[in-house]
Amino acid sequence: MARKILTEHINVPGIETFDVYRKQGGYTAVEKAIKTMTPEEVVEEAKKSGVRGRGGAGFPMGMKWGFLAKPEGVPRYLVCNADESEPGTFKDHHLMKSIPHLLIEGMIISSFALGANKSFIYVRGELMYVIRILEKAIAEAKAQGFLGKNILGSGYDLELVVQPGGGAYICGEETALLESLEGKRGNPRNKPPFPAVKGLYQSPTVVNNVESISNMPWIINNGGDAYAQIGIGRSTGTKLISASGHIQKPGVYEIELGVSVEEFLNSDEYCGGIRKGHHLKALVAGGSSVPILPANLIMKTANGEDRLMTYESLSDGGFATGTMLGSGGFIVFDETACIVRNTWNFSRFYHHESCGQCSPCREGTGWMEKVLHRIEHGHGSMHDIDLLVDISKKIEGNTICPLGDAAAWPVASAIRHFRDEFVWHITNPQEATAPGAVYMGDMALV
Amino acid sequence: MEEVKPQLLKITFDGIEVEVEPGTTIMQAARKIAEADESQGHLVPPAMCYYKPLPVSGGKCRACLVKVSAGSAKDPRPMPKLVPSCITQVQDGMIVENTTNQAVLDTRKSIVEFLLINHPLDCPICDQAGECHLQDFAFEHGSVKTRYEEERRTFDKIDIGPYVQLHMTRCILCYRCVYTADQITDKRVHGVMNRGDASEISTYIEKAIDNDFSGNVIDVCPVGALTDKTFRFKNRVWFSKPEDAHRDCDKCCGKTTVWYRGDEVIRVTARKNTWGEVTDFICNTCRFEKKNTSDWVLEGPTKVKRSSVISANKYRKDLVAKPDFALKLAATQFKNIDDSRPYVTDEETIRHQSIENNDKANHRSLAANNN
Repeated sequence: MARKILTEHINVPGIETFDVYRKQGGYTAVEKAIKTMTPEEVVEEAKKSGVRGRGGAGFPMGMKWGFLAKPEGVPRYLVCNADESEPGTFKDHHLMKSIPHLLIEGMIISSFALGANKSFIYVRGELMYVIRILEKAIAEAKAQGFLGKNILGSGYDLELVVQPGGGAYICGEETALLESLEGKRGNPRNKPPFPAVKGLYQSPTVVNNVESISNMPWIINNGGDAYAQIGIGRSTGTKLISASGHIQKPGVYEIELGVSVEEFLNSDEYCGGIRKGHHLKALVAGGSSVPILPANLIMKTANGEDRLMTYESLSDGGFATGTMLGSGGFIVFDETACIVRNTWNFSRFYHHESCGQCSPCREGTGWMEKVLHRIEHGHGSMHDIDLLVDISKKIEGNTICPLGDAAAWPVASAIRHFRDEFVWHITNPQEATAPGAVYMGDMALV
Repeated sequence: MEEVKPQLLKITFDGIEVEVEPGTTIMQAARKIAEADESQGHLVPPAMCYYKPLPVSGGKCRACLVKVSAGSAKDPRPMPKLVPSCITQVQDGMIVENTTNQAVLDTRKSIVEFLLINHPLDCPICDQAGECHLQDFAFEHGSVKTRYEEERRTFDKIDIGPYVQLHMTRCILCYRCVYTADQITDKRVHGVMNRGDASEISTYIEKAIDNDFSGNVIDVCPVGALTDKTFRFKNRVWFSKPEDAHRDCDKCCGKTTVWYRGDEVIRVTARKNTWGEVTDFICNTCRFEKKNTSDWVLEGPTKVKRSSVISANKYRKDLVAKPDFALKLAATQFKNIDDSRPYVTDEETIRHQSIENNDKANHRSLAANNN
């Protein structure tokens, strides 16, 4: 069995209550951090651990904490990004509803490290029941003296606020999240200034993902060096993967970074293989925003090495032959899946969720969706394929926030790797739009 | 007491060096170059959403994206993405490429395309035509054809009061009117509703905009989304003649441009500077209610750019500067003609004629500020 950091006690009955969580060794990290360590030492442990942001970008968390400006007399804030809305990603939801105290413990340690006296958990508005679980857990922790004024007699105060989001995907982008938290329209801000300098209420702010923060209790208990031992190279620790699609056992799995894609997909410990009688056609390794890869490229890199579940290995070969680990939304397609329909579906999502602030994303996402809709419904023409590639290129990198990139990558990669299927849709509209139509083509099926 | 001058920063913009104060944006540095030497006006990146008199505006339309090929003297690495020049502050030793970089020009062309796919292109019936920033932008950077085949987005018409007409389908969501209402008027009652390409400028439940300075949203609007109801369908702007005028106003500065058709005042607007920006905002009384010459003290004809259609057929020919830039450009292009061919193309004939009769040639797209 692989080592578990986040989900070790997740199946203990009653783990969502304070008493059971405490019995399993919970809140010892808070005691250790607040009583025996300085905030700088906690930041140092985070840096040593090499834990990378689990929200998608993979930026080292300790380094992000190091960038936090610390002017005198200005409050600092920690905001936990629990606005998990990426299609194919559901790990934070699972973590928060099952073991809420882990996040709260992580929030206390991280807030202490950053010197924040008021911290926020911005939860996706659709997850109202999770918000109630978190609020109950916060009340329990407060009753036990782990939150509120003068925590554990140390003189450190922390107030933890749970804020439901309004239901927009864009509010998962950190500056849009801050705007939304301030009570404004959730439009991403222009950067610089970065949140570490001017974030929430124009004060220095750190925004971290639920999973990143939940790693902190283990890091404090066992040391950053022990955490860095797990994993391969710069991909340290464990990662929650939300596996979905045509597999035997969909669900959330905690893996040590460095497991091979093949093992994750086929072993009984994890996904349990493709559903019976079918073959792998394509795979999205990190949530809907990252490039889709065909079966042959996801198992082996272009150099013929085994592809591993790490930040580096998945992005090996750039976007020509690689993808990204992203937020860990592992979506598997077998040969019955239609790539054109799937790309249209993703594109429809980004069209719906674009905030409409900057012109390439506002107009481009809608345009791509309409062209894909046309191809999918048998009204496409051959120049539409190159048009899509061109639109995606013109959106990518020219927008205020990464949503433009996220909308462009799935389309560009689907055409890069599955152009023949698009061509088939255009040249055989009647066949392609028939119910249950499957394009077999001559692609390499593993 | 001697004033301490801040250390000036030196940047290179399209090969031209300029010294600016710290905190200046790339756009302002480019405008400084153009203000010093009028023939460099075409170097300035276009601005569809940025409006200097309205702080925090900018960064949204992406029309002004430029390439920074060296970040600063200390860290000469290029910036990985194109950056919006209107909000990016300069660093000492920064090297910026605008018209000299093909990627920038390609991106700008695509931004025109994006802005136009949902624009109704109803210029023939639009009151803004002739002074529309989107028209200028599309004329200078766009392509002739569109690749967009789908139905264009439309909106239901909303009445936002007696003075201002809202045509949401023409809007490019620059947010200028939102910032104007935030910063000029005491209470904002309109804003952006919905999201994505369904976002629209609207008031809360069709409330009327009622404010002494609400008319300024007409001047800041780069397109014909917000127009003057008292001027609606009255006249094309190029058939009217602008005169600078002022009056004593207890609410605003009273400095305006009064637009004449014959002897009749058909509309009043605030004065715009070289960059199409209003620096002195005016009140609704001046704008909508003072439509007699007797209300105004006239100062003389407004200076209009030679390239602007508003200047057409208005001024005596001997007072208009000849477009020598066109002559220069035509001369450089003329050299490229291969003389060994037995034929001449139509374009070459036109070029040749334009050198012969340069004052008759129509070269309005070539440079923006030849007065």
